[in-house]
Amino acid sequence: MNATTVLHIWSAIGGVAALAVIGEVLIAAAMRKLGDLDIIREHSGLPGAIRAVLSSPLFLVGALCMALNFFAMLYTLSIIDLSLAAPAIASLTYIGNAIAAKIFLNENVDRRRWLAVLFVCVGVILISL
Amino acid sequence: MKHALKPSQYLILIAVMLTASVGDTLLSRGMAQVGAVDLHHLGLLWQALFNPYVVSGIVLLIGFFASYMTALSWADLTFVMPATAFSYVVVALLSRFWLHEHLSIYRWAGIALIVCAVGFVAGGPSRTEHPDEQHELGLMDSGVGR
Repeated sequence: MNATTVLHIWSAIGGVAALAVIGEVLIAAAMRKLGDLDIIREHSGLPGAIRAVLSSPLFLVGALCMALNFFAMLYTLSIIDLSLAAPAIASLTYIGNAIAAKIFLNENVDRRRWLAVLFVCVGVILISL
Repeated sequence: MKHALKPSQYLILIAVMLTASVGDTLLSRGMAQVGAVDLHHLGLLWQALFNPYVVSGIVLLIGFFASYMTALSWADLTFVMPATAFSYVVVALLSRFWLHEHLSIYRWAGIALIVCAVGFVAGGPSRTEHPDEQHELGLMDSGVGR
């Protein structure tokens, strides 16, 4: 495997993970801004809750990223095996999510959460061996 | 205690774990029956919509999305994340006890690590407090658990 191929593979993996992180952080930000969905549902029913979610621009951009992530994933699977792509993408996404949640969502990512991220990454890699 | 989850919220987190894993399993089983889809056989995607496994997989994944977003509306992303990772454990256990596949020692170790991760995070607060959000939140739920 030459350097160009390696670069190609890892930029595809990185791209898929980046789209997933951007999508999840935007959706999390949208939900945080919206407030407790259970309470919204009590007040205006399921249609009201769905309308509230769909009228959030943050959610719509996040959902677009998730859709792009899906197609990028299909492309990535056409150039590499699932056994490499799935754990690599999953662990990069978990690490990226934790970093992005700390920076952009101001979440308090304390020691136990970092430890959880680390354990999940190693665990995901072991499970897909 | 601040941010103790209500039983209904635990149910949502369990729904996140189960719908993701069972939904994916059903989809992959259904798509295996439908056959490989490529650019020249896009019609197969239409046929897939009539496969009962695919349809129930899609229904479960819609349920996953709904419960995931509900969880994010009252918990941190870094709190919900290990719960979504737990679906890997459910898939592995389903393949062991339902499909009777052999699980290697590595996969058992992976399962143990993810279970520990869920334990670490579940012991902590589910939501980061932001002083500027106190006011809005206080208006929405007047003093539940506070």
